[in-house]
Amino acid sequence: MVTAFRAPYYDIITMATPSTSIPAGSEASTATPAIRVKALAKAYPGNRKALDGLSFEAAAGTVFALLGPNGAGKSTTIKILTTLIRADAGEAQLLDVDVIRQPQEARRLFGCVAQRSGTDAALSARENLIIQGRLHRIPKLQARERMDELLARFRLTEAADKVVSSFSGGMQRKLDLALGLMHRPKILFLDEPTTGLDPEARAELWRDIGDLARAGTTILLTTHYLEEADRLAARVAIVDKGRVVAEGPPEVLKASLNGDSVHFELEADAVEAAVRQALASVEGSHGLVCDRRSVRIRVTHGASALPRLINALEAAGIKVASATVARPTLDDVYLQFAGRSLRGTNGDSL
Amino acid sequence: MNFISEVWLLAERQYRSLRRQPWWIAISLAQPIVYVLFYSQLFSRMTELPGFPAGSYLEFLTPGIIVMSALYSASFSGMGVLFDLERGVLDRFLVAPISRGAILGGRLCEGALTNMFQSLLLLGLGMLMGARYHGGVTGVLLMLVSAMLLALPIGALSGALALSTRKRETIFAATNFLLLPLVMLSPTFMAPTLMPSWMQTLAKFNPVGWAVTSARAGLAGQVHLHTVAWPLARLLLFAALALWASRQALKRYQRTA
Repeated sequence: MVTAFRAPYYDIITMATPSTSIPAGSEASTATPAIRVKALAKAYPGNRKALDGLSFEAAAGTVFALLGPNGAGKSTTIKILTTLIRADAGEAQLLDVDVIRQPQEARRLFGCVAQRSGTDAALSARENLIIQGRLHRIPKLQARERMDELLARFRLTEAADKVVSSFSGGMQRKLDLALGLMHRPKILFLDEPTTGLDPEARAELWRDIGDLARAGTTILLTTHYLEEADRLAARVAIVDKGRVVAEGPPEVLKASLNGDSVHFELEADAVEAAVRQALASVEGSHGLVCDRRSVRIRVTHGASALPRLINALEAAGIKVASATVARPTLDDVYLQFAGRSLRGTNGDSL
Repeated sequence: MNFISEVWLLAERQYRSLRRQPWWIAISLAQPIVYVLFYSQLFSRMTELPGFPAGSYLEFLTPGIIVMSALYSASFSGMGVLFDLERGVLDRFLVAPISRGAILGGRLCEGALTNMFQSLLLLGLGMLMGARYHGGVTGVLLMLVSAMLLALPIGALSGALALSTRKRETIFAATNFLLLPLVMLSPTFMAPTLMPSWMQTLAKFNPVGWAVTSARAGLAGQVHLHTVAWPLARLLLFAALALWASRQALKRYQRTA
């Protein structure tokens, strides 16, 4: 029976994690999570609710991604966790330090690479790093050594004394990351770290993030790029309208969908009831989503079910213009739990 | 790291970025230099007005221009805050474990030091042209303090405006519409006793007027309660209020970031 699936919001759907997929380096679930967020709420003036009871936990030494469209509340969450703004309600802890009640203590524990650059355009890379080091109370000598280390690691040594305004976008991003790492934080926040980067710079940054996680840094990453979350994160929380609607390792989330995604483009706008009725006869199909000319449905073996699906539609007089079959992606997970496509809302081509 | 070293660190940061743009100092000094150089000569016969309290208009004018220069330079402090805000630097400082006061204070501290340097330059120019001041070193110090006690609150208010409105246009509008009237309604160019009575009244409530009066009296060696002490006290109060306002503006920014 094909049913239209409009997901109610779940607080957390925590997927059971098979023990083999616990990433190396993270202690098992008995250790204190590095980041603990409970029922965060935040409304901006004008009553715009950015967060509506958002909760999740990130284990130490893992990469945790918040995935969702613009406006979902990801940046607001990062801003609350980095003490930039105060939550209206809820709790947030970093390594057992209460972010809301002890902000100054919390600030020593994390580094942050925000969406906006944060580098001082009028200073050189070296000056930026030294000042950052001293802001985080690193003694001068150690700061200088750490600065050289970071410059070498991000391949900025040659340009180190040049003014940052002369840097390319990719270089500025690398310097942003270096600034965030200057004081060797145990937790690193990355807010849309690869937005606006060319593919090469993006791949480089992904490599750096992976290296950091393997070295034991807890990384909380927000993104609206599916591939980024899929590739980098040990666990993904799908955020929509200020809440977590699904959470778990990417593979488990995708597997939970049970089946391939089949996507039809029709020749004319669909009448949902007609499509539903037409496809009701096809065994094993579920999760129908209709949107004008676009029809998506899940079925266990997409390739072999395709002829039956097309025949069912054509028999009902619904003309099919094209069809694609795809293994489940995070976009499908998003569609399932938020009732719309992540791709569609952002128009990005990834 | 204590508050003082935090302020000093951010002042140093400010200084380093200025150092790469040395023309900024030249531009901000260009107009004041023109006033000292040309306006003083153009209106040198002001001293012939009956009741004019000074023998040389150059001597009279120079402290006024020094204060005016401090006013204008400080009023653009907010532009720097806006740049930092838009760039993301302000947020980076806000998530660092430093006191909130140091974040705005560093810029104001650097501004005060640059202002001192500019004031001394303008004073030197006046003296090169023949102005003689009988207040000695104390007089110069009082002049510097007067200019600084105006620069601090104006800089703080400019920063508060930047944080509240986050628009360049507002800062430009404020400086264009407010500064010149403030200067006109003060004894910068004209002896207070020779101003129309309504302007004299308004000048009494004008921080620019307090700074000019105090700077001029200090340089001339006429240090009295009502020429120096009261104006400086009023400026101190004004500065305290302005610093409080800028702290509030930062808090409001954090609520709506």
